[in-house]
Amino acid sequence: MGVLLQLDTVHTYYGQIHALKGMSITVNEGEVVTLIGSNGAGKSTTLRTISGLLRPRQGQVTFKGARIDKIPPHEIVKLGIAQSPEGRRIFPRLTVLENLEMGAYIHPSGTPEYRNDLERVFNLFPRLRERYKQKGGTLSGGEQQMLAIGRALMTRPSVLLLDEPSMGLAPVLVEQIFDIVKEINAQGTTVLLVEQNAHMALAIAHRGYVIQTGQIVLEDDARALSKNEMVQKAYLGIE
Amino acid sequence: MTAQGEAVSGSLGTRRSITTILGQIFGPLLQIFYFVIGSAVILGAIVIILALLLRGTRDDIDLLQGTLIILPQVIVDSLVRGFLYAMIALGYTMVYGVLEFINFAHGEIFMVGAFVSAGFGLVLANSGALETFNPFAFVVIAVLLGAAVSGTLAVSIERVAYRPMRNSPRLVLLISTIGMSLLLQDLVRIIATMTPLGFNARVQTPNLGSALTLAQIPLGERTINVIIDSRSLIFILASIVMLIFLNYLVNVTRMGKAIRAVAQDMPTASLMGINVNNIIALTFLIGGALGGAAGVLFGIRVQAINPYVGFLPGVKAFTAAVLGGIGNITGAMVGGIVLGFLEAFVASYLSLFTAGQFAGANYADIAAFSILIIILIFKPEGLLGEATTQKV
Ligand SMILES: Nc1ncnc2c1ncn2[C@@H]1O[C@H](COP(=O)(O)OP(=O)(O)OP(=O)(O)O)[C@@H](O)[C@H]1O
Ligand SMILES: [Mg+2]
Repeated sequence: MGVLLQLDTVHTYYGQIHALKGMSITVNEGEVVTLIGSNGAGKSTTLRTISGLLRPRQGQVTFKGARIDKIPPHEIVKLGIAQSPEGRRIFPRLTVLENLEMGAYIHPSGTPEYRNDLERVFNLFPRLRERYKQKGGTLSGGEQQMLAIGRALMTRPSVLLLDEPSMGLAPVLVEQIFDIVKEINAQGTTVLLVEQNAHMALAIAHRGYVIQTGQIVLEDDARALSKNEMVQKAYLGIE
Repeated sequence: MTAQGEAVSGSLGTRRSITTILGQIFGPLLQIFYFVIGSAVILGAIVIILALLLRGTRDDIDLLQGTLIILPQVIVDSLVRGFLYAMIALGYTMVYGVLEFINFAHGEIFMVGAFVSAGFGLVLANSGALETFNPFAFVVIAVLLGAAVSGTLAVSIERVAYRPMRNSPRLVLLISTIGMSLLLQDLVRIIATMTPLGFNARVQTPNLGSALTLAQIPLGERTINVIIDSRSLIFILASIVMLIFLNYLVNVTRMGKAIRAVAQDMPTASLMGINVNNIIALTFLIGGALGGAAGVLFGIRVQAINPYVGFLPGVKAFTAAVLGGIGNITGAMVGGIVLGFLEAFVASYLSLFTAGQFAGANYADIAAFSILIIILIFKPEGLLGEATTQKV
């Protein structure tokens, strides 16, 4: 179980705004790692920095031992890092199938591998198979979330970055999505999961980090974190 | 369940059914066809009704007969103008769809295409090959040359003048496009006046054949001649071929889907492995090539051009793009068609109905644009604004 992805004292800015102030995290192969923190802590900024949408001003990001923090986002995907972004960001005027095809953009289409990927996504999310012709923008929130995850899987990633997959979903659906994340991990994909729903996230993760104003303040294995007093108070609503 | 599922994704994964693909290519063209028929029928009915109403006011000519006799020619003229605006409007709308600014230099991209046709004709004439040149080959080669030159030019302009400012306020970009427009006018003017082309360049062509008589309908002691001249026919047919190609490119190919993905959400498209800069360059290439091809066809049809011929068609095509719903590809084509019909009908019939008091292109523009403003007051999102989903 080697180190797959690593951030080392990363500083990321939005103009003058200093959003990540020396972030360091490590994700090992095969793990589910969760990043929990309150609004504005810098969780999405961390994922955007990994994917190359934002360039860190200091520090470095390494993937499989090589630096990736100066590589553009469309090249980073090809290395095996996929992201299901915050707010799902489905292409609203493309159909479900076309959205999935865009996920597979970096691979030749029509190959047996492509069909396998599609089949895998449809098996994970049978809803998407039923609605493959529907425009992405007309899907329900939950379906859009499934499509966002499915689309990311179509890139054939070795690590999947998930930004709040439970946002705005009914409890039943949240549970279902988390089960699927677990299954995706069991099929061999490493997962970095950003969540506000710390309870669910810690239940499926191996390890976790707590982020506050752009810095990691706590790191432990998931079970220990869910017993941690500070975490219970701040993120699990346990007094 | 699973077996059936396999079948679904199996067929989805390999090739989409031929009917789906044909639908994606010809669906938008069918929509254009409806608008052509609709515009012709509605405007035709309006002028005939007007002619009947005004019949008594004129004793010099039979207004109804006059109306009917020029009707076929007016419709041919409408189609030529309509396809002209449609092809130029696509360049505006594609760039807007992806980058959300208006590329005001696009009219000049069109003008450069027209000069390519003049240059091509001149080179052939100087080498003595023009007279014997196969007319079909002449048109095809000229269109391809114009598309290549204008497409390359559009891509270069994006690279040097727009890309460095992509994150500046839209107003700054807009000014850059206007500057580029003036620059291109002057550059072409300098080149044209320094070469044998001249400021007023003639577009020489081989003999493109004579007019085609489609029908002769007797009307009292006169006949309605349904005639289409060869240059108009070339214009219309070539436009249709190019629009089919464009629809194939944008709706069916992976590249076209990538263009649409970039237009809808740039950062997310880059997360899919799409090189956004390349796709933006590609939209300039396609838009520029269509504009250049339109310029060539325009040059071949009007046969005399100058460095400022891009301005007015450019502004009108921009209007057409807004009329159709800016950012919407089918909308641009439909908007071009509707504008072409409005203009041609007003230009011809305003003069006839007012006994020549309001003759001339200026009045036609005023009238056509007033109608446009009225349409946009009632439908500010454009004819195909939200109703269809085929934005870029
Ligand atoms: N585009 C932006 N421009 C300027 N500041 C930004 C931008 N995006 C985020 N920020 C700021 O950066 C900080 C971190 O934001 P980020 O989106 O990473 O938070 P988050 O942890 O994902 O929060 P949430 O749970 O609400 O999604 C916040 O202070 C935010 O205001
Ligand atoms: Mg966030």
